[in-house]
Amino acid sequence: MIESSASPVLTKKDFVSDQQVKWCPGCGDYSILAALQTVLPKLGIPKEKFAIISGIGCSSRFPYYMDTYGFHTIHGRATAIATGTKLANPDLQVWVITGDGDGLSIGGNHMLHVLRRNVDLKIILFNNEIYGLTKGQFSPTSPMGLKTKTSPMGNVDRPLTPVSVALAAGAGFVARSVDNDVKHLTSVMEAAAKFKGSAFIEVLQNCVIFNDGAHNDFYGSLSRKDKVLYLENGKPLTYGANSEKGLVHKGFAIDCVDIDDANRGQVLTHDTSEETGTLAWTLSQFDYPERPVPVGIFRSVERPAFHELVDGQIADARKARGNGDLDRLLKAGVTWTVD
Amino acid sequence: MSDPNSQTILGPDGRKDAIELHSVTIRFAGDSGDGMQLTGTQFTDEAAFVGNDLATLPDYPSEIRAPAGTVAGVSAFQLHFSSQDIKTPGDDVDVLVAMNAAALKVNLRDLHDGGIVLVDNDGFGEKDLEKAGYAANPLEDGSLKKYRLIRADITELTVRAVEPAGVTAKNAGRCKNFFTLGMMYWLYGRSPDNTVEWIRKKFGKKPDIAQANEAAVIAGYNYAETAELFETTYVVPKAPLTKGTYKRISGNEATALGFVAASVRAKKPLFQGSYPITPATDILNELAALKHFGVRTFQAEDEIAGACSAIGAAFAGNLAITTTSGPGLCLKSEAMNLAVMAELPLVVVNVQRGGPSTGMPTKTEQSDLLQALFGRNGDSPMPVIAAKTPSDCFWAAMEACKVAVEYMTPVVLLTDGYIANGAEPFRIPEIEDLPTIEVVHADDPSTFKPYLRNAKGARPWAVPGTPGLEHRIGGLEKSSPSGAVSHDPENHQKMTLERQEKVASIQTHVGPTRIDGCHEGDLLVISWGGTYGAVSTAVDRLLAEGKKVGHVHLRWINPLPNDLEQVMDRFKQVLVPELNVGQLKLYLTGKFGRKMHGLGKVMGKPFKINELVKHMNVLLETKA
Repeated sequence: MIESSASPVLTKKDFVSDQQVKWCPGCGDYSILAALQTVLPKLGIPKEKFAIISGIGCSSRFPYYMDTYGFHTIHGRATAIATGTKLANPDLQVWVITGDGDGLSIGGNHMLHVLRRNVDLKIILFNNEIYGLTKGQFSPTSPMGLKTKTSPMGNVDRPLTPVSVALAAGAGFVARSVDNDVKHLTSVMEAAAKFKGSAFIEVLQNCVIFNDGAHNDFYGSLSRKDKVLYLENGKPLTYGANSEKGLVHKGFAIDCVDIDDANRGQVLTHDTSEETGTLAWTLSQFDYPERPVPVGIFRSVERPAFHELVDGQIADARKARGNGDLDRLLKAGVTWTVD
Repeated sequence: MSDPNSQTILGPDGRKDAIELHSVTIRFAGDSGDGMQLTGTQFTDEAAFVGNDLATLPDYPSEIRAPAGTVAGVSAFQLHFSSQDIKTPGDDVDVLVAMNAAALKVNLRDLHDGGIVLVDNDGFGEKDLEKAGYAANPLEDGSLKKYRLIRADITELTVRAVEPAGVTAKNAGRCKNFFTLGMMYWLYGRSPDNTVEWIRKKFGKKPDIAQANEAAVIAGYNYAETAELFETTYVVPKAPLTKGTYKRISGNEATALGFVAASVRAKKPLFQGSYPITPATDILNELAALKHFGVRTFQAEDEIAGACSAIGAAFAGNLAITTTSGPGLCLKSEAMNLAVMAELPLVVVNVQRGGPSTGMPTKTEQSDLLQALFGRNGDSPMPVIAAKTPSDCFWAAMEACKVAVEYMTPVVLLTDGYIANGAEPFRIPEIEDLPTIEVVHADDPSTFKPYLRNAKGARPWAVPGTPGLEHRIGGLEKSSPSGAVSHDPENHQKMTLERQEKVASIQTHVGPTRIDGCHEGDLLVISWGGTYGAVSTAVDRLLAEGKKVGHVHLRWINPLPNDLEQVMDRFKQVLVPELNVGQLKLYLTGKFGRKMHGLGKVMGKPFKINELVKHMNVLLETKA
């Protein structure tokens, strides 16, 4: 249990470390850092109870800039390391900072398993669709055809959609936000922080050096009204400057239509608690330019967290067998005495 | 079913003509489905009750159930029991029990001339012979002339004996291992009472199966007596073991127990992050059953996540371990290096098996030594300790934990398939006799610096959740002592040396070299790990012949005892026998620049005492 009483009032400043931030000027990472530094003090959790664990990549330098317990680990493994940290001390709120390469390429396996186990980790995956720290190679989320240093004739790998991967792995909380909308980003982070269980946030993040403007076509400040679908629980699934477009059922699929009097009543309402995950899945498959790009919370369904199940078994074992007694354990089984 | 305490199954054995032996080695061999491991452990328990010293070694195929009757499916269990102090499961076999033709084919080579071979005729049908690859029936073609062949229709007799229990024909046949066990009990003057009691407990919920097995063991015992199959019977008196309470323990069981003991002594919850792998899996199995000790076993998605989760748990203040075997150690190496850099306590257990690659998963080897010492990028010093016997795994596990937390370092604990699966009596210690393990967590923000070292060279263990000590660690080089990321050349040199010195300073814990036998002389034998039993017994034999031989068995391979070089100087020759092609020898040669002889065996099997004695004698004679 995380205690929220009697802790001192914290501010953003309390979460800023003494280290100089070394991301490229204009990098999307800055706003994500600022957003988390804004969110953490609001949660009523003592500062020492946060642990921020990252892998390798530009985004993974993140813990050094937060004045919390932090662990900058090895490539792809932050989720596995964070699992151990959370199990060892469930009292901590553990954040994982990863990227498209770290979390979905080298660390793809651990990501799947952390999500299916519902380990209570808040995972932020910075998706800039490129390898930045190694200076510009295609990543598992790079679009096909992207020309990079290792794909001079265009990328021939089909990309993964992080939100779809998270949903397929059974994550309870799945969201997407963007680095240039701090208000949206902080609200999603706050919801993730308060969610019990694996919370996965993909942040569409801009790499100014190696993949500048990767997401601009739809979330640039001018295009975003028309091309981004803001998901709000309990609200109609509409988009456009005047919410003139909406989502309706079309057979088993979902269609985007111009709203008129005839179809207004058929516009779907977003439901993050929809049990089967069908709505979240269908939305996660929306991609620009064919469809608007959904941002916000796709799914938020709480189930017992991994540490609760693990600790529950320990409690059950102790109830059934009593607290472990080493002397009894050593002498258990078939023994004989030599005089 | 009757009350197990209400009757004595057999009266005291009044036989007078038994021959007294010092020690006997029996190998029970059959198909993987024949229950040979169970038969072996039952006989072992009985030997323990009688007060023999003992050592056992299971030998099973890596296939769970290879086609029945084939040589690939043969499973064996070897037991050496004695009236003297013994340290190995025995070189050659005195008695081979072969339940079928394949079992005979695989195991006969280890039976010494004149040894007893007991076979089940029913396992030597035409098909059995064909599957085993015999052109002619070895029971009839005279090829077993140099052994004492005892034939019995074991399956048929079993089926008849268990008939009253009313079990299915298949289950009736499966009781043949207990029939065989009964025969062996008679041969060695052992009572089947304890086994009968065990059967009643084990199969309490299936009274028909219990009745059948019980009938089988009694029938086997009586059959051996009435059919006069054996010319004589044997007695192996009790051994002069040190006073105390004992239990039979395998290396993997002892390793698991050692970690629990370390957790209790350190007052730290135990966390194990592991992935199943032969032959290390039993450690995970054992610890998963001990949740009431607060043990958290995390069966990870792979070897890497096993190690990583343990590192994460260590970061959060748990006593953290990860367990594996060879190929798994390869996968863990990057994570182990993170623990070196972050200077977090972690114990990595490597139950060595035949390599490289998948190698021979169920067979033993000591060929991961150099990997444990050096298999990481960068200058990455890591303490390496090796257990020498099954019961020693308990003590080595505790010691590895002690060093890990007291020096803030990952530690490799090497065992091997031979001692991990082998078993011997374990003298159960009293809690107060266990080593203390001191854990100090930093808690003072006014003095805390993440890499400020103490007298041992250890950095503070500051656990998340402690107010005021928020700090960052990681795989990037850190500035001494602030812990900030640093690429400063002088700092890297300094930190590299500090890490080296810290591990080297564990010499204080290791202490001086322990020498058995002569402290100077003609030949010094240096061994490590699971070869201890065979090497020390071989050296004892040479000493008994008056040879000037000394034996150093290294427990810590990094760091080495600081006087090892001087010890070597006192001998004319040095021999390093090991189950690889010369890894410790290479390490020692590199350290000390001294000529030494190697003896490498890589056959998936432990050293035999005789082959060591022979080799040592050759060396001694060459120089003489």
